[in-house]
Amino acid sequence: MKINRFAEVGNWVLERFPLAKVWEEHMTHYYAPKNFNIWYFFGSLALLMLANQLVTGILLTMNYKPDAKLAFDSVEYIMRDVHWGWLIRYMHSTGASAFFIVVYLHMFRGLMYGSFKQPRELIWIFGMLIFVCLMAEAFMGYLLPWGQMSYWGAQVIISLFSAIPVIGDDLSLWVRGDYVVSDATLNRFFAFHVISVPLVLILLVFMHLVALHEVGSNNPDGVEIKKYKNEMGIPLDGIPFHPYFTVKDIFGASVFLLFFATVIFYMPEMNGYFLEHANFIPADPMKTPEHIAPVWYFTPFYAILRAIPDKFAGVVGMGGAIVVLFLLPWLDRNPVKSIRYRSGFYKKALLLFVISFIGLGYLGTQPATPTLTMFARIFTAIYFGFFLLMPLYTRWEKTKPVPKRLTPHHSLEEDLPALFEELTLLKHSDSENGDPAFRGSFFNLRPNPDGIIKVLGRFAKKIVESLD
Amino acid sequence: MKTFITTLLLLSVLSTGVHASEESQLQEAKIDPTDKVSLLRGAKHFVTYCLGCHSAKYMRYLRIALDTGTDETTVLQEIAPEGAGIYDQLHTAMNKHDAEKWFGVQPPDLSLIARSRGADWLYSYLKSYYKDSARPFGVNNLVFPDTAMPNPLWQLQGEQIAEQRRTIWGEHTELELEQPGTLSEKEFDLFVNDLVNFLVYVGEPVQQERKHLGRFVLLFLTVFAVLAFMLKKEYWKDVH
Repeated sequence: MKINRFAEVGNWVLERFPLAKVWEEHMTHYYAPKNFNIWYFFGSLALLMLANQLVTGILLTMNYKPDAKLAFDSVEYIMRDVHWGWLIRYMHSTGASAFFIVVYLHMFRGLMYGSFKQPRELIWIFGMLIFVCLMAEAFMGYLLPWGQMSYWGAQVIISLFSAIPVIGDDLSLWVRGDYVVSDATLNRFFAFHVISVPLVLILLVFMHLVALHEVGSNNPDGVEIKKYKNEMGIPLDGIPFHPYFTVKDIFGASVFLLFFATVIFYMPEMNGYFLEHANFIPADPMKTPEHIAPVWYFTPFYAILRAIPDKFAGVVGMGGAIVVLFLLPWLDRNPVKSIRYRSGFYKKALLLFVISFIGLGYLGTQPATPTLTMFARIFTAIYFGFFLLMPLYTRWEKTKPVPKRLTPHHSLEEDLPALFEELTLLKHSDSENGDPAFRGSFFNLRPNPDGIIKVLGRFAKKIVESLD
Repeated sequence: MKTFITTLLLLSVLSTGVHASEESQLQEAKIDPTDKVSLLRGAKHFVTYCLGCHSAKYMRYLRIALDTGTDETTVLQEIAPEGAGIYDQLHTAMNKHDAEKWFGVQPPDLSLIARSRGADWLYSYLKSYYKDSARPFGVNNLVFPDTAMPNPLWQLQGEQIAEQRRTIWGEHTELELEQPGTLSEKEFDLFVNDLVNFLVYVGEPVQQERKHLGRFVLLFLTVFAVLAFMLKKEYWKDVH
C-alpha cells in the first residue's frame, strides 16, 4: 500500500518531467568507448573541482567582506575564528590550482588524441571558452584576499589594457573604476567572481557536455565507435556510461582526492606556488613588491608577455597564445586523430611544445634576467611555431594505418603481477629451520638486478620507439 | 632535441645556483610547533620584547591558552601584559601617530610575518644586527640592510660588529661579538628560536590541528579508494 503511494508520486512527477528520459539518454544509454585510459579521468575531475569551488566559494562569501579596509582582515578571520574556516579556505585556494592542473591535463589529452577534430570542433571551442572564463574567474578571485600580490598582480594585468592604442588608458580606467586598483575594483571583481563568471561558466560546461553527448566521446585510438553498431544500434566498442564509467570515475576521484587532501592538510602554500608568500602582507598601494609574479597557472602566458620587447606586441602575443588554441581544429590538417597513429615528427613537435610550455611556466615565476629572457623568447617561438606551422607539417605527415575498431589494450593492473615477478627473485632459504609459513612467501623475495636492468632497458626502448 | 634538453637542464642548474647563493646567509631555525613549552617561552618573549611596538592583532590570548593547554589565568598573569583580557587580541600600546614620529613608519603587524618571510629569515634577521654609526639607531642588519627597526635584543645578545673576510669563495661579511650580552650565545640562540617558533605558530595557529586531521582524512580516502577500485573491478568483470 505504502509502496504504491510512493510509486504513484514518482509517476506523477515523471509524467510531467523527463527525468528518467534524461538519465537514460545521458547515463545508462550513453555509450562510451571502453578503452579510456588514465587521461580520460580529468574531465570528470574538472567537474568535481567546479563543484568544490562553488560549494566552498559560497561558504567563504558568508564571512568574506569585499571592502578594501576589511578584506584582508576578513580572510584572516576566516582562517582563525570561523569554525572550519581554514579548511574551507584551503579547499578553495588549493582547489583553484587543482582545477587548473586538471584542466591543463584535460586539454593536453585533447591535443594527444585529436579530440578537437571533426566532428568535435564545437566541444573544443566550448572548452576553450570555459578555459578563458576560468582564467578570468581565477584572476578576479585572486584580488579578493587583498594581499600585496593580489593588489600588484591586478595592477600589472589591468595596466596591460592601457597598451592598446587610442582607447587603452580610458579602457583600463573603466575596468578599474579608479586611477589605481582600489575599493571600487575590489567590489566589481567580487561581483564578477561570485556571480557573473560562475553563471557563464556553468552554462558553458552544460553546452560542452551537450555537444559531447551529441557526437560521443573520442578515445585513445581515435576511432569513431558509432561506425560499427550491433543490430540494436548499440556501438560494438561502447559500454554504457552508467554504471561502468561512473564507478571508474569514482575510483579516479578518490585517487585524485588523496593528492588533493595531501596538499590541503600538509602543504597548503605549496612552497609559495599555490599561496604566494607576499600575499600574506596586506595590500599597500604605496609599496611595490620587488618581484611581481602571477600564480603558477598564468605564468606561461605571463612569460610570453615579458618575452616580447614591445608592450603592446606583448599583450597581442599573450592574447594570441590563447587565440591560436581556439583555431586548433582548423590548424591541424591531418585526419588521423590519435597520437598512436601519427608520425614521429608530430610526436616530437608535441614533446617540444610541452617542454616549452612548462619552460615558459617556470620562467614566468622568475625575475627577468637577460639569459632567462632569451630562453623565454626561444620557448615563445616554439609555442607559436607548433601551432602556426601546423597547416604545413601536418599535411605531409607519414601516418600509420588507423584500425577500424578499438585495439585490445593492456591495463597496468593486468601487467603488474608479471612485472613484479620479473623484478624479484625468490631467495631459497638454505636452512630448513625457518618458519615454514614464510618459506616461499613475499618475505623471501629479493630484488632481481638482471630483471630490473632488463625492465628498465625495455622501458627506455619503448619510450624511444614511441617517438617514431 | 638533445641540445634542447641539455640547455633546459643547464637552465635549471643555473637558476638553482642563483637561488642558493641568495639564501646562503640564512641560518636554519629549528621549528617545532608541537613544543608547547617553547611556544609559551616564545609568547612571553614576544610580549616582553616585541609587543611594545608590534601588534599581532589576529591572535587572541585565549587561543594561546587553548592551543598550549595552559590555564587562562596563568596566561593572563605570566604572559599577557597588565590589563589585558583573555579575549583580547595582541594589540600594541603604541599608536600609529607616535610610531611614525619615532621610526618613520608604523611597525608592521606580526601575525603573518612568519608566512611572508619564513622562519629562517626571521631567525637570521634577529641575530644579524651589527654596530653601524651611520644609521639613526646605531645598528644595521645583514639580512635586511638599512632596516628601520632598532635591535630590541641588544642587551641579551651583546653588540656585534661586521668584518669583511676574504676566502676562496670571495669576499663576504661576517659578524663577530664585540661585547657579550646577558645571555650566552647558546642561550640567545634558544631565545630567538623560541620567539620564531611562536611567530610560526601565530602565522597559522591551526597548523597542528590541520596536520592531525589530515591523517584521518587520508586514511579514510585510502580505504575509500581501495573499495572504489574493488567496486570498479567487479563491475568491469564482463567488459572485454
